[in-house]
Amino acid sequence: MIQGIDYAAVAPPLILAVAALGLLLADAFDVPRRVLGLLSAGSLAAALVAVAVLAAGDRRATFCLPGGLRGGGPASCSYVSDRFTLVFQGIVLVAAIVVVLLSLREISDAEIPAGEYHFLLLAAIIGALTLVAARDLVLLLVALETLSLPVFALVALRRYDGAATEAALKLFLFSVISAAVMLFGISLVYGATGAMHLDRIAPALRNLPSDLDPVAAVGVVLVLAGFAFKVAAVPFHFWAPDVYQGAPLPVAAFLSVVSKAAGFAGLVIVLALGFPAYAHVWGPLVGVLAALTMTLGNLMALRQATAIRLLAWSSVAQSGYMLAPLAVGEKRLPEAVAATTAYVALYAVMNLGAFAVVIGARRRTAATPYYDTLADFGGLARRSPLMAAALAFFLICLAGLPPGVMGLFAKVVVFRATVAGGVTWLAVVMAVNTVIGLYYYLAWAVRLFAAPAGPAYETSPGLPVRAAVAAAFAGCAVLSVAPQLILQTVASVT
Amino acid sequence: MMALPLAGALALLVPSFLPGEDAVRRFGVGVSGATLLVALSALTAFDFGAPSRMQLQVDRAWAPSIGLRFHLGVDGISLPLVVLTALLTFLCFLYTVKHPPQGGRIRLFVALLLVLEVGLLGTFVALDMVLFFVFFEVVLIPMYAVIAIWGSGERRAAATKFILYTLLGSGLLLAGMLLVAVNAGTLDMTELARRHGAGLSHGVQLTAFALMGLGFAVKAPMWPLHTWLPDAHTAAPTAGSVLLAGVLLKMGTYGLIRVALPAAPDGAAFWAPWLGLFAVVGIVYGALACLAQRDLKRMIAYSSVGHMGFVLLGIATLTPVGVNAALFGNIAHGLITGLLFFLAGAVKDRYGTGDLRELGGGMLTTAPRLASLLTFASIASLGLPGLAGFWGEMLALLGAYRPHADLPRETFVTFMAVAALGAVLTAAYFLRLLAKITHGPVTGPVPAGARTITAYEYAAWTPLIALTLLVGLWPKALLDVTTAPVRALLGGG
Repeated sequence: MIQGIDYAAVAPPLILAVAALGLLLADAFDVPRRVLGLLSAGSLAAALVAVAVLAAGDRRATFCLPGGLRGGGPASCSYVSDRFTLVFQGIVLVAAIVVVLLSLREISDAEIPAGEYHFLLLAAIIGALTLVAARDLVLLLVALETLSLPVFALVALRRYDGAATEAALKLFLFSVISAAVMLFGISLVYGATGAMHLDRIAPALRNLPSDLDPVAAVGVVLVLAGFAFKVAAVPFHFWAPDVYQGAPLPVAAFLSVVSKAAGFAGLVIVLALGFPAYAHVWGPLVGVLAALTMTLGNLMALRQATAIRLLAWSSVAQSGYMLAPLAVGEKRLPEAVAATTAYVALYAVMNLGAFAVVIGARRRTAATPYYDTLADFGGLARRSPLMAAALAFFLICLAGLPPGVMGLFAKVVVFRATVAGGVTWLAVVMAVNTVIGLYYYLAWAVRLFAAPAGPAYETSPGLPVRAAVAAAFAGCAVLSVAPQLILQTVASVT
Repeated sequence: MMALPLAGALALLVPSFLPGEDAVRRFGVGVSGATLLVALSALTAFDFGAPSRMQLQVDRAWAPSIGLRFHLGVDGISLPLVVLTALLTFLCFLYTVKHPPQGGRIRLFVALLLVLEVGLLGTFVALDMVLFFVFFEVVLIPMYAVIAIWGSGERRAAATKFILYTLLGSGLLLAGMLLVAVNAGTLDMTELARRHGAGLSHGVQLTAFALMGLGFAVKAPMWPLHTWLPDAHTAAPTAGSVLLAGVLLKMGTYGLIRVALPAAPDGAAFWAPWLGLFAVVGIVYGALACLAQRDLKRMIAYSSVGHMGFVLLGIATLTPVGVNAALFGNIAHGLITGLLFFLAGAVKDRYGTGDLRELGGGMLTTAPRLASLLTFASIASLGLPGLAGFWGEMLALLGAYRPHADLPRETFVTFMAVAALGAVLTAAYFLRLLAKITHGPVTGPVPAGARTITAYEYAAWTPLIALTLLVGLWPKALLDVTTAPVRALLGGG
């Protein structure tokens, strides 16, 4: 049995794979750090170009079942490069470029081995790119693991730091358990339907004999749990704050944006393409998860004193908003998928911006890691007015208030999809949560303009971080005026 | 009209633009004055023969994928509020020229007030629900900053309380509006008003009105959601309090009339008795709270709770008379309370305190002009016939006597009786105020300069006094504009 492979369709991950190997080799020959960074960013840009070219063309699919094995069923391709995939690949790649920019300084400051860092980062991104294109459960799981495994190592790269090691271990254990749970779920679904491809699972679930119904239901829920870990939804969120704090800050940004975006893409793919017949099972479940996630995330964020933990909890809370539209179940599912996608895209821009400023403004000490408290941000407006203004803008975007109109639109879209699907109670929970969220975002933003709390210290973000902040700021400003750019793309996807 | 203040605010962001604080302040006056002129020209361009028709419309697609349009327009309901907003903002800037708030950073202050004006005007002319919501929210951050930076006393806490309360309201409001929108399939407010709830099931209307009503009630504010208001008003600088009381509160009641009533009439009919009940409690509670206040600004703030109670009672009757009363009360309250806050600010500037006991009595002797203005504003506020405050209250009571046919009449007549009692209490506390500080023997210290009133103060106050008289003596001018569109909104009634 010979499968034809459409190399154009898999070009984005392929480019990165080649680049990652090249990087590892180059590192062995003592190529300077700067060149490695450029190579890494360059390959991401090349992959982005490939995505753009693919976006201009038609839908492509590869790794399909050969005609003889289809048995009259659908084509069942494992890797599909449609609009949805390309949008998410675009989000992942743009965010990844920003993460690389943020990493450059951190690598030299924290004495992280540059070659390994870039290699691992690219490997994780390959996982993310494949995950959003995967259309069968095996490839989904493999991609998810490809995304997760390098991240453990990335988190632990500061070898001298005990907190980093602990964080990596925590992440590892959580990840392994959730992968095991998910595998179990997949095996149940496979057992019930006899299929691995989502386009075969969906019809099989619809026509399932009633005695297999509980098996399939448990399988669906367990698969959902695996993704809930990836997006840090309650009750699988415990790793998030500790890991964000222990990891190098750019890796935390990666986890909070790239990895989460890929996780949501996978979740959406599985729920919308594979399990629509069981929407009555996962719909309410997602609703409850969303409500718990946003409420707990926001309440915990209220009590945080360090910037990174606040971002961690707030990013848990934001996951709740992203989950919310999916609670509608099968009714108006395309609209809900569009809403979640739009929110993920908009969130990526704002949250990366916030991370970029936190990285740029952090206090640089010798080898001992130091976590910036919120009080350290007091008076940032005097030390570096532009950074402070940018951070205030990102925070207000995250809170969803004008002048951060973009965040407001993100909320409007999510509210709309939720209400349209008839889950009004969740919209009310969300309304209350936006208020809690506003409180800590605003309190932080106000601190920036208050008098400095301690002795002033120099903030020297460096050029790459400045560029990242500027890019995120420009993105937020443009999307605030023309949210249409994202909304239109997203609407055409589904 | 909105582009003007927005451009002004953006221009102020350029640091080298207009060096010197005086120039910045004059720039604020210029921009808001120009906006007022545009608003007045809208007044002249408005076809008074057909006030229920949307006029001067702008309608462009903004985000078609969620059905969002940039749709603006004015009719007889929004026109008076637009002019009121432009006028009050202009007067605030005029006042700021010679009486800047303490705390410096005038450039930022002017820029924020201009953004605030954009949001306020936008709210009153938006005809798309999401657009309405965006403008509704635009107001929050500038107001927060104005209170938190230039306020007095517990300003940070007051500002935080203000923004959290109103944001909670906004969140519920958004849920309610989208509930209507997705069920009706349109975001356009004119279209929704034309359909008059057709196509929305009873349950949807009940939920939607409850959510939107709560959202607007926080803003209005309705008892028991009013607690942010006294703190915010007391802490805010003069210009902030004037805009807060004069215009911001109207966004809540305007929203109820413009969005909630026409979009979900069944829901309105169901909730109206509750709205009426809370309104009446607000009237009495506000009056009683005023009797117990020692701070001048705080007292005026509580009086706002009472007055907005009358406005809400008017809305709750669901009759053209009642809703007209509400709109009238809105405008009247904007004029009178705006004036009262200006005067309270002036008193605080001169005497250094707003505490009634420290102020002592005899202001008519020591500062005759200021005291007589204060007397005028107070009796206007307590609803003396012939002044603006009278008609809104009277018509609201009249509306409650004969509520909409679907509503329980006995309940509303009881409301009317209690509200009338509240009106008496209102008179009581304003007279107590006057007795305490304007009359009686001079007891407190008299600062220098209490006697004189500057030209800028006169300039800021005279239009308000004149309009209070005009609207009070000739209410038909205003009622003619609002009556037809109100009938249209209430479904031909």
